[in-house]
Amino acid sequence: MTLLAPLAAAGFGLAMIGAALMALRARSTAVAVLAAGLVSLFASVLFLILAAPDVAMTEAAIGSGLTTFLFFYVLGRIRREGYDDD
Amino acid sequence: MTTKFTTRSFVALVLLALLGVAFWTLAAGYTPDAELNRTAAYYAENTARETGAQNIVTAIIVTYRGLDTLGEVTVLFLTAAIVALVLGQSKAPRGGSGSGFLPSGELLQTGTKMLLPIIMLFGAYVFVNGHLTPGGGFQGGAILASGILLLLLAEPKRRFGHALISRVESVSGLVYVLIGIAGIVLAGGFLDNRILPLGTFGALLSAGAIPLIYTLIGLKVGAEFSSILESLEETEDA
Repeated sequence: MTLLAPLAAAGFGLAMIGAALMALRARSTAVAVLAAGLVSLFASVLFLILAAPDVAMTEAAIGSGLTTFLFFYVLGRIRREGYDDD
Repeated sequence: MTTKFTTRSFVALVLLALLGVAFWTLAAGYTPDAELNRTAAYYAENTARETGAQNIVTAIIVTYRGLDTLGEVTVLFLTAAIVALVLGQSKAPRGGSGSGFLPSGELLQTGTKMLLPIIMLFGAYVFVNGHLTPGGGFQGGAILASGILLLLLAEPKRRFGHALISRVESVSGLVYVLIGIAGIVLAGGFLDNRILPLGTFGALLSAGAIPLIYTLIGLKVGAEFSSILESLEETEDA
């Protein structure tokens, strides 16, 4: 049990780095935005493991929820207005 | 071109290495504390008695460091005001298509109708129970705003009452400061929560003014985020 928390923390840390690399490397913007949201989601689980549920909730609500949707929202607008110019 | 590129990547690598060294020294020199330090020990020992809050983090945010929280809310308010000021220059005409989105699909519209009340209820739950469970005004407010965002995505042509949102925002901000001043008059200092009875430890209506203050913070944060989203929605490229 004492070993489980550090192992899980290390696993989620690695997953965060993996998702961040995916966000940098992804060809499509949508996948990159999703991967960036995934980084925040893993971070919030990590905060939960480190016994900081308040911070975890903030990270999940703002970092992974609101920001990701905001990115998609703006992306949609850019696409839409880009098509108008064509 | 290639030489310039390599110089640039070399600089980036050096910066990354420096950052890595900084973090490594930080991590290598870290030893977990065997016991809580003085401030933390004080909070752990006296929070329940002094504030009646079950969640120590909330007690610190709302009562012990209440002034800092007022500052945070003010920063968020300034951000919302600046976004509205900058984007207000290119406002879409009333009744116009706004962002010019195509109507969203049936799936999103029906899903929104089903989910929106639950999301709003959950946001309210999070900030009303801030003194009992993890979470509080900021988290609850962000959840409220994500509900508004869902509504904006589902019905891009819909216009919300700017007046309503700004009224909620300013009234909750004003009452927040008034409660703080009431703390000076009736209790130990600015934003002291003991202006109301502490009640039974662990009950919903306990911990003095904390549920009230956190509800106000939740409404204020939700209104601020919503007004940012709305400003984004209502602008149109010139």
